[in-house]
Amino acid sequence: MPAITREEVAHLARLSRLDLSEDELVHYAEQLNVILGSVARVSEAVQQLGQGQDIPPTSHALPLVNVTRPDVERPCLDPAEVLGQAPAAQDQRFRVPRILGED
Amino acid sequence: MSTAFDGDLTRGTAAALAAAIKAGDVTATEVAQAHLDRIAKVDEKVHAFLHIDAEGALAQAAAVDAKRARGEELGPLAGVPLALKDVFTMRGVPTTCGSKILEGWRPPYDATVTRKLREADLVILGKTNMDEFAMGSSTENSAYGPTRNPWDLTRIPGGSGGGSSASLAAFEAPLAIGTDTGGSIRQPASVTGTVGVKPTYGGVSRYGLVAFSSSLDQGGPCARTVLDAALLHAAIAGHDPLDSTSIDQPVPDVVAAAQRADVLGMRIGVVKQFDGEGYQAGVLSRFHEAVDLLRELGATVVEVDCPSFDSALSAYYLIAPSECSSNLARFDAMRYGLRVGDDGVNGVEEVMALTREAGFGPEVKRRIMLGTYALSSGYYDAYYGSAQQVRTLIIRDFDRAFADVDVLVSPTTPTTAFKIGERVDDPMAMYLADLCTIPTNLAGNAGMSIPVGLAPEDGLPVGLQIIAPAMADDRLYRVGAALETALNTKWGHPLIEEVPSL
Repeated sequence: MPAITREEVAHLARLSRLDLSEDELVHYAEQLNVILGSVARVSEAVQQLGQGQDIPPTSHALPLVNVTRPDVERPCLDPAEVLGQAPAAQDQRFRVPRILGED
Repeated sequence: MSTAFDGDLTRGTAAALAAAIKAGDVTATEVAQAHLDRIAKVDEKVHAFLHIDAEGALAQAAAVDAKRARGEELGPLAGVPLALKDVFTMRGVPTTCGSKILEGWRPPYDATVTRKLREADLVILGKTNMDEFAMGSSTENSAYGPTRNPWDLTRIPGGSGGGSSASLAAFEAPLAIGTDTGGSIRQPASVTGTVGVKPTYGGVSRYGLVAFSSSLDQGGPCARTVLDAALLHAAIAGHDPLDSTSIDQPVPDVVAAAQRADVLGMRIGVVKQFDGEGYQAGVLSRFHEAVDLLRELGATVVEVDCPSFDSALSAYYLIAPSECSSNLARFDAMRYGLRVGDDGVNGVEEVMALTREAGFGPEVKRRIMLGTYALSSGYYDAYYGSAQQVRTLIIRDFDRAFADVDVLVSPTTPTTAFKIGERVDDPMAMYLADLCTIPTNLAGNAGMSIPVGLAPEDGLPVGLQIIAPAMADDRLYRVGAALETALNTKWGHPLIEEVPSL
């Protein structure tokens, strides 16, 4: 596997919505390389242990599909209590920063 | 009587305290106050709690006393104090998950586990410290400072549920709730000489458990005895329509299994992979002595080969970060929690990035980026895809093993409690703490850690892990209680009585 560069960490940070400092970019590049270098063995493990067979992936321990519950009314959260915990509220709504760019 | 508490209520087991309250020998209020006093006395040293809800605890205790005064029937744990891991929501009580991003948040709803605890008349003393969003094995990743191990205050109490395990070993609470994604109930139990159980995935509702890795997270009981853990397990388990992965089947009778406490005729498998190099000598000697004891108690012990377990740690550190990167996207600074940089100039994207940078600690950032990387196109097949295939191989190894044996056993974690600071900036060294506990999370079956003695080289507790097939949680309690009884007889007292006074 190719080593992760500082630039790649910067890209990952952007995707992850993390405004990392320069020091963090360098430090995490080092650490992510160590971790990935160690966990990359999973592909070899599948080759080796699967003995060439096609191993289906497991995403979940329980084979559950389409779990539903009866469509009945139940109490919802108290709006005042919820908005009281928001970083900013206005006119009984969550107030958010501008969502569109300048241009 | 082994359950007597000689006048010190904080030394009582949950079962004994509940019986005493029921009999009218002591009030729930007195029991709650004794534990609050103990917390006030020792928690400055231990730092097991992030928040103490004295008012709520005393109100709940008073309600139990009133119920008794009215002649109403009390449940098996009515009036017993409990420490709740800060990853479960509790209406109106701060819930931080050990993170600055949720500092001061008071949830507008109760988790199902919280609701069940209230309905069973348990007295919730407060919220316990944890690695941020349950990511860690030492509780050093808490944004509010580490918890210390009552056996040696310079050492870690395990993690992520180090606050819960330490609260038990410090006699601040007889019961606690933890969550276990890769070992966060069992490993803390192991290093603090307490009992911890990860129930079958889907056995305990995840509603109101702040998600880290949804396909692995599972809440469960922590206690100082196997029977106490069983009583708490029975109180919190069961189907919940609010959790789509909750199992709609009767809960195994764990209390009866703990009372039965025998292994006669059982087949017990020792996992070949979890032995030898990398394991502390005292951990292995105590483990093998315990296995010999199981044989003396009438179990048949065989060695079991689970070759895929060697790759479980790697698979876990791809799957868990991948799910975490998705789950933690909810912390976007819009509806709850921290918001940074909302100055009227910054747009929503900048505010999100500034908030998450300020609100998350290093381990959470590492895992979010690791997960983002593992899920990105071009790398997905090699990393996340292969990890999911390893998960299949692990399930197959378990299936093969459980066709031959009733339970598997191993050390819970390769070492005793390590020093605070020792592994803090070495992620791979830290991750090794979960080596033996992870396969159970990946397969969704049930696991328990019970104390089996002190390592001779450092005098610190060693844990033995028992693993049972999904929905056979009762077997954990049968084996755990049998071993506990035999060891207590051998030692002349429970191991926890050897913890130094604080």
